[in-house]
Amino acid sequence: MRAHEGAASLVCMTDTAIAVSGLRKTYGELVAVADLDLEIRRGEVFALLGPNGAGKSTTVEILEGFRKRTAGDVTVLGEDPQHADRAFRERIGVMLQTTSGRSFLSAREALHHAAKLYPHARGVDDTLAAVGLEAKANVKPQLLSGGQRRRLDVALAVIGRPELVFLDEPTTGFDPEARRQFWRLIESLKDDGTTIVLTTHYLDEADYLADRIGIIAQGSLVALDTPAGLRARATGAQVSWTEAGEPRTESTTTPSAFLRTLLSRHDGEIQHLEVRHPSLEDVYLDLVGLDQPALAQEAS
Amino acid sequence: MTTTATTRPTWTSLALDRLVVDLKDFTRSREQMIFIFAFPLLLLAMFGAIFGGQTLGDTGVTFSQYLMAGMVASGILNTGFQSLAISIAIDRDEDALKRIHATPLPATAFFAGKIAQVLLVSLVQIAILVAMGVALYDVQVPSGSQWLTFAWVFLLGTAASTALGIATSSLLRNAKAASAILTPIVLFLQFTSGVFFVFTQLPEWLQHVAEVFPLKWLAQGMRSVFLPESFAAQEAAGSWQHGLTAAVLAVWFVIGLVVAVRTFRWQRPDDR
Repeated sequence: MRAHEGAASLVCMTDTAIAVSGLRKTYGELVAVADLDLEIRRGEVFALLGPNGAGKSTTVEILEGFRKRTAGDVTVLGEDPQHADRAFRERIGVMLQTTSGRSFLSAREALHHAAKLYPHARGVDDTLAAVGLEAKANVKPQLLSGGQRRRLDVALAVIGRPELVFLDEPTTGFDPEARRQFWRLIESLKDDGTTIVLTTHYLDEADYLADRIGIIAQGSLVALDTPAGLRARATGAQVSWTEAGEPRTESTTTPSAFLRTLLSRHDGEIQHLEVRHPSLEDVYLDLVGLDQPALAQEAS
Repeated sequence: MTTTATTRPTWTSLALDRLVVDLKDFTRSREQMIFIFAFPLLLLAMFGAIFGGQTLGDTGVTFSQYLMAGMVASGILNTGFQSLAISIAIDRDEDALKRIHATPLPATAFFAGKIAQVLLVSLVQIAILVAMGVALYDVQVPSGSQWLTFAWVFLLGTAASTALGIATSSLLRNAKAASAILTPIVLFLQFTSGVFFVFTQLPEWLQHVAEVFPLKWLAQGMRSVFLPESFAAQEAAGSWQHGLTAAVLAVWFVIGLVVAVRTFRWQRPDDR
């Protein structure tokens, strides 16, 4: 869809931006991340999905250099983020999950000061335009809505022209239009060759933006695939109907055959008859839900 | 990529820009402005109204003059210690420090900006206090070598307060605890260190308690700036004790520095 052309970007694509092996993070008895392996290529948009408390933010914060790992090897842009120095920080952009409510700087001022920290920053006006904040550039920060502050956070994460950007639940609280605008921004960053790691709760967002999706549950990766690959895992279908006043549901890999049998058993109208093919969301819920008891058993 | 090294901003420009950001934050924060500028003026006016006309024994020194030295000293402690500790604790709670830590800003440039801000704000605060003292209570402005004394007492006092402020911000669990714990501590020190009351009129055991802490020495140092040389005889030790003042403030500065460097965290305790 957004193919990179030319030898230079091909070389770039084969480079590794992030390499993680055997990553483990424990807080006392609690295992937040359990032996995670992951490789993210340069220029890739990678989405990390998982329920709250699954370990996705812990993983991302270890990659950002905010948390120390208990065990394992982690390399981000060729460096160990645990020893993040100034040169490393110049090459990555970070958007935290939380938005600061206590700033006395307007969006333009905040970006103006942030730009001064980097060797070759983007233009302030260009960046304001890219996140759609031109009209709000000079208003008091208290007058920005939650979504607008979030967009300022995105702008601050990319002002330094980073090679790699981490976005932790970037579009929470966005209206649909703002989310579309954000998606276009991510696409333009990707076209510049920026590697993007994002965590999200929105499957449509991961589906639309990501080259690959990693699904994390109970601290382990339970799936790592392209959006199309994940969807292709859903072979079955769900047939639901109402019989004798009772709602019935049947999961089947052969919905046509099942329907024939069902229809032959009933002469009249079957109430609320529906055949549903699973969405990416169903695949996700299936992966996250089914694996939880198994993992818990393994842990104990 | 090869241009990175040549276009990288200098440390000085980073520190100066941090100072600008800190000053913008400070001047736009109503609570900070009121606490640092209006509150000391209110105290000066209140104590001036109660005791203003009195003179201290047969020294010819008015209570207002004595109070001025104490208010300048406690202003340094308020700005460098209490206000700084609380604002850093709030910034940590709000992930503002974490955000800064995610950028290439060197920690030393960050602290240089904060220290410069404390110095500037303290100087303005002192200037306003003295101007009001002169206008309303006929306070005498220091002269000659007293300015030299002012310079070292001010710098050493600010250094100790700032180091202790940064250190304290890391020892407190959160910003709410910061105001709740620091306000009574500073108030206790103000009442026992010769700020609101004449130090030698306190019970002796209380004087000895206050002698452990920096504000007593900071206030005494400022009295040597604002009061006539003859008043030295009225001090508890019968002299200004400049050597000991410098030593105690320096020790507190080193303690603060060591604790600050060892305990400073960019992130909340539950976010590491």
